[in-house]
Amino acid sequence: MSQRDPAISKGIDWSLIGIYLLLVAIGITAVFGATYKEGDPILQSFLGFKTDYSKQLYFFGVSGIIGLFILLTDSKFFPATANLWYAAGIFMLLLVFPLHTNISGTESIIKLGSFNLQPAEFCKIPVALALAKYLSRPETDFSKTRSQLIAAAIALVPAVITIAQKETGLALVFFSFSLVMYREGLPSGILIIGFAVAVLVVATLLLEPNTLAFILIGLAVLVALLMRRQIRRDKSLLFKIAVLCVICVGIQRFGVPFIFKSVLGKHQVERIYSTIGRDVPDEYSRGFVEGSAPAPASDKKKTNTADYNVKQSKIAIGSGGVLGKGLLKGTQTRYGFVPEQRTDFIFDTIGEGFGFVGCFILLGVYILLLFRIVAVAERQRSVFSRCYAYGVASVFFFHMGINIAMTIGLAPVIGIPLPLISYGGASLLTFSVMIFILVRLDADRQMVLR
Amino acid sequence: MSVFNQSRSRIIRLIFFLSFLIIVAQLFNLQVVSGKYSQLAMDNAVFPKVVWPERGIIYDRKNRPILNNQIMFDLVVTPAEVKNFDTTSFCRMMEIDTAEFNKRIRDAIFKNKAIRPSTFQSLLTPQMQARFEENSWKYPGFAMVERPVRVYPYNAAAHILGYINEADTRDIERSGNFYRMGDYIGKSGLESNYERVLMGQRGVQHLIKDNKNRLVGNYENGVFDTAAVAGRGLRTSIDIELQQMAEQLLANKVGAVVAIDPKTGGILAMASGPTFDPNQLTGPEKNKNYSRLVLDVAGPLLNRAIKGQYPPGSTFKPMGGLVALDEGLITPAYGFPCGGRYTLCGNGKPACTHSGGGHAANLRLAIANSCNSYFTHVYRMAADNSKYGGVKKGYMHWKEYMNKFGLGVRLGIDLPSEDKGNIPDTAVYNKEYRGSWSSCTNLTLGIGQDKMTATPLQLANAMCIIANKGFFYTPHFVSRIDSESEADSVYVNRYRQKHEVLTHISDTAYRATIEGMADVVRVGTARSAAIPGIEVCAKTGTAQNSTILQGKKIDLPNNSMFVCFAPKDDPKICVAVVVENAGYGGTWAGPISRMMMEKYLLDSLTTRSKADFERIANTNIMPAYLKKLQFITDSARANEWFRKTKDSTYLRRFLNKSYASLSPEEVETYAGIRMPGIDNEQAGLSDSNSNLAVLTPAARKPLVPVNNGGSPVRSDRPELIAVLPNEKNSRTRSNNPIV
Repeated sequence: MSQRDPAISKGIDWSLIGIYLLLVAIGITAVFGATYKEGDPILQSFLGFKTDYSKQLYFFGVSGIIGLFILLTDSKFFPATANLWYAAGIFMLLLVFPLHTNISGTESIIKLGSFNLQPAEFCKIPVALALAKYLSRPETDFSKTRSQLIAAAIALVPAVITIAQKETGLALVFFSFSLVMYREGLPSGILIIGFAVAVLVVATLLLEPNTLAFILIGLAVLVALLMRRQIRRDKSLLFKIAVLCVICVGIQRFGVPFIFKSVLGKHQVERIYSTIGRDVPDEYSRGFVEGSAPAPASDKKKTNTADYNVKQSKIAIGSGGVLGKGLLKGTQTRYGFVPEQRTDFIFDTIGEGFGFVGCFILLGVYILLLFRIVAVAERQRSVFSRCYAYGVASVFFFHMGINIAMTIGLAPVIGIPLPLISYGGASLLTFSVMIFILVRLDADRQMVLR
Repeated sequence: MSVFNQSRSRIIRLIFFLSFLIIVAQLFNLQVVSGKYSQLAMDNAVFPKVVWPERGIIYDRKNRPILNNQIMFDLVVTPAEVKNFDTTSFCRMMEIDTAEFNKRIRDAIFKNKAIRPSTFQSLLTPQMQARFEENSWKYPGFAMVERPVRVYPYNAAAHILGYINEADTRDIERSGNFYRMGDYIGKSGLESNYERVLMGQRGVQHLIKDNKNRLVGNYENGVFDTAAVAGRGLRTSIDIELQQMAEQLLANKVGAVVAIDPKTGGILAMASGPTFDPNQLTGPEKNKNYSRLVLDVAGPLLNRAIKGQYPPGSTFKPMGGLVALDEGLITPAYGFPCGGRYTLCGNGKPACTHSGGGHAANLRLAIANSCNSYFTHVYRMAADNSKYGGVKKGYMHWKEYMNKFGLGVRLGIDLPSEDKGNIPDTAVYNKEYRGSWSSCTNLTLGIGQDKMTATPLQLANAMCIIANKGFFYTPHFVSRIDSESEADSVYVNRYRQKHEVLTHISDTAYRATIEGMADVVRVGTARSAAIPGIEVCAKTGTAQNSTILQGKKIDLPNNSMFVCFAPKDDPKICVAVVVENAGYGGTWAGPISRMMMEKYLLDSLTTRSKADFERIANTNIMPAYLKKLQFITDSARANEWFRKTKDSTYLRRFLNKSYASLSPEEVETYAGIRMPGIDNEQAGLSDSNSNLAVLTPAARKPLVPVNNGGSPVRSDRPELIAVLPNEKNSRTRSNNPIV
C-alpha cells in the first residue's frame, strides 16, 4: 500500500463492495419484477422517480453518496461517537411516542412530509456501534456477569421500546446481537438455554399440556438414570435436575400462556400459530376478546389473512419450479396474489421468476456475504471493529434468515425486510450504511481503535 | 485482547451454514419435490373462459333454415361503477320498482363482487333495448352484452325442433360435469337428441385474472387457447310449409298429423294439437310462457304424434288382412257372410255398418266396406291357427306380426321419449281372465280396439310398410348432418338401414289389400280424401272415447282416424291423422290427409281443398270438458297455494264459485290463473330457486284425464317429468278442489 494511493481506496475490501452492489442490483431487479406495469416505457420509468423501482434506484444513489462520505470519514470517528449515536438513537425512538402517525398496526412511524421515518429501522447501527464500543473498552471484563448484563441492556433497551411501539418484528432483530456477545465470550450455556427455551415454547404450542409435562418428567428421570454415577458422588445434582424439570413444566404450564395472553399482541399470536399450522386455541383468543374487544368477525378475517399470505407466498415460490417462470412472467407476483410483495415478500418474486436455481444463487450470495463479513471481522486488530463486524453479520443473518423462512412457511410472518433487496429507502440506507462503516473500519484494520 | 474465543467464529459460521441448509432444503421441497404449486398458481391467476360456439342450424328438405340463431342482448351491471344515478327513470325504463333494483344490485355484488360485471337482466325485450340504447349515457355501470338466442323463422314445428335452456343440476350431473352452470342445453326435440352435433365444440380462452378477480389480459398471448368450433347444421326431411299447414289444420283441435316419405322413412311433417309457437320458449318471456304451457290442461307441450296412444280402430284392418293372407288362412278371394253383426262368439258383437249384400265377399270388398265381422273373424282365425296349437301360442304369433308392423314397439325415431303403444302380451289376458280366455275374449283386436293402442307415428309407419310392400326405413327427421364424419354414424346409420320385415308376404296379398284401400277412396268411407288425377289408398277409423272427470265417466265424441298413402303405384307420402272427439274419420281426418298429400305431391291445394282448409282451420273442436278441468285444476292449485303460503288472494276468487254457475265468458277469466310463484318460476326451463317448489307436484301438474277411449295417456309426459322431481307425491294430493 503506497502512500500515494488516494485515501479513499486504501485498504478497501472490494469483495464486500462487490457483493453489496450485486445484492442491490438483484434487489432493484426484483422490485422491478414485482411492480413493473405492462406497457410502461422502461428507461423513462426508471428515471422518473414515480415507480417503486425508480425510487429504489434513487435510494441506492443516496446510499452510495452517504457511503462515499462514510469512506471519507476517519475511522476513529466511529468509536469516538458511538455512544453519542446510541443516545441519539434512543432519543429518536422515544420521540416516536408523542409524534407517531396513525398507521394501522404500528406506532413506530413519524411522518415527515412525504417520508415515513421509522427510527427503529435505523437504530440497529447505533446499537451495533455502542455494543462494539462497550465490549472493546479495556476496562470491560466480559467474563463478569455485570458486564454481560450491561451489554445485554445496550441491545435490549431499544428492543423493549420497539415492542412498546408494536413492532415486535423489528424488536426481535436486537436479540440477534447475542451472537456478537457469544463471540466475545458469553458462556455458550446461555445460548443453549435460550435455544432450549425456544424449543420448549414451540413444544408447548404443539403438544397437549399434560403430554408435554409427562415428556418433561420422563426426560428428567432419564437424565437422572444416565447420570446416576455422578449423582452418587454429588447428591445435589439430583436436586438440580428436579428443579430444572419443575422450571420447564412451570414455563410450559404458566409462562407461555402468560406471555400469549398478556404480552403478545393478538395478530402476533395468530401469526405464530399460523406458522405452526394450528388454529389459535380458544383460551388465547378469548383473552383478547375480553381485553380489547374486537369483533369476532374481524378476528376470523385476521387469521385468514396471515394464513392467506403464507399460502400465496408458498404457491408463488413453489410454482417457480427448478428454473422459474422468468422475470415478469410470474402470475402470483404480477397479479397481486402475494401481499407486500415489493417489501416483506420480495423473495417471492425471485422464487417465482427464477426458481430453485435463482433462489439458490441468491442464498449463495448471502452466505458469501456473511462468511466474508466473519472473515473480515476475524482479521481486525481492534476489538471494536471486530465486534461491529459481528454485529453487522448478526443483523444481516437475522433479517435474511427470518425473512426468507417466513416466505416459505418456516417462520411466523413478522414484517422485516430482506436486506438490500426489499423495497424501502430506510431499509436500504440502513444496510448500506452498516456495510460502508464496516468497509471503512476494515480499511484501517491494522489500527487499534478505541 | 481476547483471541481465546476465536474458535467461536467457526461455530457462528456453522450456524449460518446450517440455517442456509434448512432454507435450501425447504426451497427444494417447495420448488422441486412438491408439484402441486404450479397448478395452484394456475388456478389462482388463469381463468379459462369458455367461448361458446354458434349452435347448429336446422334446415328443412328444401334447405330453408327452420331453426336459426339471432343476437339478443343481456343488460350487465358493474355495481362499483354505478354512480350519480337516476334510479327512478332507470326503473321506469326497465319496468321494475326501486326495491327490485336494489335487490338485483345486491345480488350482483354478492355473486360477483362490485367490481365485476354481472347480469342485471337477461334478454332485453326490443323495447327495453331501444330505450336503453338511447339513454345509456345516463346510466354508468350498465352495458349491453350480446347473447345468441334461438329463433324459429317459421313459428312452427315446436314439438319437433324442441328448445334449449340453461342446463340444470340434473343435466350437469348426467353429463359428468361436461356442462356447467349457465351453459345451454337442448331440452327436448331435435335440440336435445342432436345436442352434441348442434352445440359444436366449446373453445377455451385463457385469461389472466388478478387477486381481485378482474380480468387483466391474455395468458401467454393465447398459446393455450382453443378456438370454438360452430355447431353443425342438420338437414331434415321436414317440408316446413307442409308442417305449417298441418299445424294450422290442427288449430283448436286435439290430435296429431304425421306424414312420412315411405321411400326413405324421412318424416315430412309431424304436428300435434294443441301446439304453440316455439318462439315463445326463447327470448325474455320464455319462463312466463313456459309456465302457462305447463299449466294448460290441454297439454300443448305434449307431442301427441309420438306420445298419444290411440286405439287404431278400423285403420288397423288392412294389417289384420295381411297377417291372415301370409299365414295362408285366407286368400284374397276369401269372403265372410256378414249379416250386420258378428255372431260366432255368441253375443252378436261387434256390429257392422253394412249388412249383407256381399259387402264382405272378398278381401278387397271387406276393406272397402270396412266390415267388422270379416276382420274380427280373420283375427280369430289367426289366433286360433291350428298350426300353433292353442290360442295363446297363436296369439303370440299374431303379436309378432304386429311388432313387425311396428305396433307395440318403439320405432326409434330421432326424438326423445317416444311411446310404444300397446299390443298386450298373453300374460295380460292370462292375468285378467285367470288363464282362461279364447279368441272371442279379445276379438275386437281384429278391428283395432280392445287393448290395442298405437301412436300416430306408428300408424303412418305401418302405412309405409304396406305401401312399400313389406319394408320400411325407421322414421326420422335428420337425413344428413353437415360435414358428416365417422363419429356421426351413431346418429344417422340406423336411419339408412332398410328393414325388410314383411317382404315375405306375397305380392298378391299386398296388391289385394292396396286395391281394397284404393276402393275405400273411390267408393268407400274415405271419399273425402280423393284427389283428382292421383290414386290414393286410405283407410278410415273411428274409435269410441270417454274420460273420467271428478269420478264420473263422461262419454266423448269419437276420435276421427285416417291413414293413407299416395300415389298408389309409386307411393311418395304416407299420412296418419288423428283428431280427437271429432266424429267420423272421413269428416275431419280425411280432408286433412287429402290436403297434406295435395300440398306435398302437387305443391299447392286444389280449389276444393282451399275452401276445406279455411273451414277446418277455423273450426274449434276442443273438447268442452277441458274448460271445466282447467277450472278444477286451477282451484286445486289455488288451494294448494293457500295451504303452503297462507296467501288467500287466489283462493278467494274461487270461493263460493262453481263451474256450473259461471257463464262461458266468466270461465275465460278464470282459465289458467297463475300463482305469482309460478309466474316467476324458472323451474322446468332452468331449475331450482323457484317459488314453485312451494307447491306440491300435484298442484303444478295439470290433472290428467283418465282415458280408456282415445285421448292420449299423459301420465309420463317427458316435459313434465323434468319439472316434477317428486312424482310419487302426486297420488296423495288433497283432492278437494272447490267447485
